[in-house]
Amino acid sequence: MKAITTINSRFVPVNVENIDTDQIIPARFLKATTKEGFGKNLFRDWRYENDDETKPKKDFPLNQPAYSGEILVAGKNFGCGSSREHAAWAILDAGFRVVVSSFFADIFKNNALNNGVLPVQVSDAFLHKIFAQDSNTELTVDLEKQRITINATNEQEHFDINSYKKTCLLNGYDDIDFLLSIKEDIQKFETLTT
Amino acid sequence: MSKTLFDKIWEKHIVKTIDGGPSVLYIDRHFIHEVTSPQAFTGLNKRGIKVFRPAQTIATADHNVPTLNQHLPIKEELSRLQVEALKKNCAQHGVELYGLGHPFQGIVHVIGPELGITQPGMTIVCGDSHTSTHGAFGSIAFGIGTSEVEMVLATQCLLQSKPKLMRINVDGVLNKGVVSKDIVLYILSKITASGATGYAVEFAGSAIRSLSMEARMTICNMSIEMGGRCGLIAPDETTFNYIKGRAFAPKDAAWDESMAYWKSLYSDNDAVFDKEYHFKAEDIEPMITYGTNPGMGIGISEKIPTTETINENDKSGLSKSLTYMGLQQGSNIKGQKIDYVFIGSCTNSRIEDLRMVASFVKGKKKANDVEVWVVPGSKQVEAQAIAEGIDKIFEEAGFMLRQPGCSACLGMNEDKIPAGKYCISTSNRNFEGRQGAGARTLLASPLTAAAAAITGVVTDVRELLN
Ligand code: SF4
Repeated sequence: MKAITTINSRFVPVNVENIDTDQIIPARFLKATTKEGFGKNLFRDWRYENDDETKPKKDFPLNQPAYSGEILVAGKNFGCGSSREHAAWAILDAGFRVVVSSFFADIFKNNALNNGVLPVQVSDAFLHKIFAQDSNTELTVDLEKQRITINATNEQEHFDINSYKKTCLLNGYDDIDFLLSIKEDIQKFETLTT
Repeated sequence: MSKTLFDKIWEKHIVKTIDGGPSVLYIDRHFIHEVTSPQAFTGLNKRGIKVFRPAQTIATADHNVPTLNQHLPIKEELSRLQVEALKKNCAQHGVELYGLGHPFQGIVHVIGPELGITQPGMTIVCGDSHTSTHGAFGSIAFGIGTSEVEMVLATQCLLQSKPKLMRINVDGVLNKGVVSKDIVLYILSKITASGATGYAVEFAGSAIRSLSMEARMTICNMSIEMGGRCGLIAPDETTFNYIKGRAFAPKDAAWDESMAYWKSLYSDNDAVFDKEYHFKAEDIEPMITYGTNPGMGIGISEKIPTTETINENDKSGLSKSLTYMGLQQGSNIKGQKIDYVFIGSCTNSRIEDLRMVASFVKGKKKANDVEVWVVPGSKQVEAQAIAEGIDKIFEEAGFMLRQPGCSACLGMNEDKIPAGKYCISTSNRNFEGRQGAGARTLLASPLTAAAAAITGVVTDVRELLN
């Protein structure tokens, strides 16, 4: 997993609430047996007319050259629906390291963190401020300080993250490394409970 | 100190707690399927480690499998590759696989309970959000992502923070024509599709207690649609009677020992929940969804909401949803023309669901221009339906009984609803494109779906019951 410290970048806004995992990556793209290559199908059905890559929908932000960057900004309740980690892989593979929303579905949040994608939960008001910026505005996400800043206006907000997950992300460790390191405790637990 | 059902199970499974962080939770049972496991096995192989407790892992192929001619090789190449990868990974790691052709094969959340693998007081996970289904037995059961599948394969543990606790009480007696699917769609319409995010949800109350195990599973199945981490119902005689005698149920002395534990699994009288709701069974009528998340449901006699009448949560999405669905604000849902009927999925594909539909359609015929698919949840459900002659009833009604799998619930195999067509479905998700690109899904109970199959339009099933 790649570590995250500070991300300073422009952002891609998808101003829709309740974006479910079927929209992030439709089920028909879940047939791969590796984690790579999902990025080109991110938001597939919102991105193209009739599933045709030669016909991008002009009004969808990912298709607009004005928008770019490592930060995806989306409406409230992002990532609801299925447990498919492919949603997090698609976001990472499309070049995003941070997703900003005012609410995240549980499983998505875990999946993102497990893949080095940082979910930043902000207030509704702050989210609206970001959506109101023009496409050149950069955001700064400082994981160490747990702070997101709209560079143009210097408005800031603090965000929460579990301290264990924060350490993992800052250092690029994952949960499996940790769990494998306590295998003896797990074996002891098993003998005690059976 | 008084404890909730959730607390009792949770505490029993904590290996250790990290300061300022999550807990290490021991997992009793791990179900895997072909879609969310390949990358986890690749991860294990990269680390050069084996599955830690293969005997606690159970595999099946369900998401991708065809529902016709299952004896033939899978035509679609990528689906076939995933199913083959599962076979290879299970063989390499010593995991039991109930794959295609096995008499136990079926949708992962249908087979666990019917085989007696799912038991009260357990921690159960699967790389699938509807793992919440197993909570109907009084277990902590939740969906996980593929990295977490890898963690459980590697260590039989997960890192988890304890969720907040919610209790939803439904008391009273259900009206005629109203079944458990209607209860859960009703709750969803009240608390919305994100109403339980961050919570473990216990369902309680006399209406819940009166339900069979299969009906309880339908409710817990959809707790994820409220955003809940898991849903659970305290085990009781109904639960114990259901488990007894099943293939992997404890036997003899082990049964008595299990029962002693199971009987301790309930929320103490004065246990405190972070949030609590109360609903009356009498207020619930047959439900149907009109929108593109499962919280967008109404009683069958109600009108589709308008921007003025809808709850705050769905306001901004209403017109987008209705455009996708081709429906009008403020109009009746009853009478809406239907093209497809899908009776299946881990929500409603068990033998009771098929029996309910069969007893309703017996002697009736489907409407001419409607296609009706009934997809049993497992090989065992299919065999039972045939043994009871349910297949004949369906045949006479013009319903097509297919072979077990997830099928049109998510359209990963060839069972897709064409763009623009209306499908009344007993599954759990009406998201845009869920049943096929452009497909329009109306979620309902098996009874309401069967009524629409007969009339060809959205129908109040109560008008057809005598
Ligand atoms: S039936 Fe549908 S919801 Fe259930 S496991 Fe299969 S795809 Fe998921």
